[in-house]
Amino acid sequence: MSNFVELWVYLSATPLFGLTATLVVYVLAQALYARLHQAAWANPVLWSVITLASLLTLTGVDYPTYFSGAQFIHFLLGPAVVALAWPLWERLAALRQHWFALLAGALVGGLAASGSALLLGWAVGLPNDVVLSLAPKSVTAPVAMGIADKIGGIPALAAVFAVVTGMVGALSGKALFGLLKIPAEGNGWMARGFALGTAAHGIGAARAMQVNTDAGAFAGLALGLQAVLASLLIPLLFQLF
Amino acid sequence: MNGLRGLAWLLAMQSVGELLSRGLKLPFPGPVIGMLLLLVALRLPFVREPVAACAHFLLSHLSLLFVPVGVGVMTHLGLLGQYGVRMLVVIVVSTWIGLAVTVLVMRAFREQNDV
Repeated sequence: MSNFVELWVYLSATPLFGLTATLVVYVLAQALYARLHQAAWANPVLWSVITLASLLTLTGVDYPTYFSGAQFIHFLLGPAVVALAWPLWERLAALRQHWFALLAGALVGGLAASGSALLLGWAVGLPNDVVLSLAPKSVTAPVAMGIADKIGGIPALAAVFAVVTGMVGALSGKALFGLLKIPAEGNGWMARGFALGTAAHGIGAARAMQVNTDAGAFAGLALGLQAVLASLLIPLLFQLF
Repeated sequence: MNGLRGLAWLLAMQSVGELLSRGLKLPFPGPVIGMLLLLVALRLPFVREPVAACAHFLLSHLSLLFVPVGVGVMTHLGLLGQYGVRMLVVIVVSTWIGLAVTVLVMRAFREQNDV
């Protein structure tokens, strides 16, 4: 028994643990999601986060130890942002044709998401640095961390807010679009996908990609566009006001 | 092999982006500049083919990449206990506003000039 404890202490302290746990839990969550016919509530990110956080709490492994392994997955967020050039490139013709509607949607939608988070945050009396961390929440996590750092927020908190925002979008997008009577066909897919990429970044886009290829492509485009616009505009607006 | 070559392109673009971002103190983060550079470079077939293979793989597993940061929520349990409900309400409501405004703006343009 003491041998087992020793082994566990060794294993849980190596980067191998965080990396393996993340991948195994995610693969299982993904399989469950597929079995449940990709029901929104079975979102694999949501359940992976809940399972891993519970697992770490139960086994007493702290977050920095876990992250020493999980950082290898986290690191890929950078190249993934660069890879967003691909969906942009693929839809360059659509971007040229609908540039005004897409740019307007990205600008107004992005400002609405960010501005409403700031106003609501202040209205319910959250501390200032928490509110500032909310501003970039609809931008993909690594970019959100950079923006939060620039405007005086807490980068780690901004990343968590971004992930929660993505999950909210992925979970409730379908119901909300249904309520707004956005058709689930043709140009409706373009608007739905684009809105998910704008307000719920990578996690919303991942959901859109699973539901419909058109929606997925426009979500990817929106996500890239939002990363560019937000990293330019949010710090700029904060400098002005 | 194409996938690996694609990853090399992505990392190279990110590195150049990082250098430009820091060197010239640009407002964009390194990966965003890398994305814009890659968008230009995709005109070249020898960049396009390897990048397509790698980008497809990376983007189809995009949600996995958010898990490590998401687990970080456990380090903010104190803040969560104090403000958790309020933070969640703010996030949920503002996300709905963002989704609704974006989708409605796009639909409005569609109705005007049949986008």
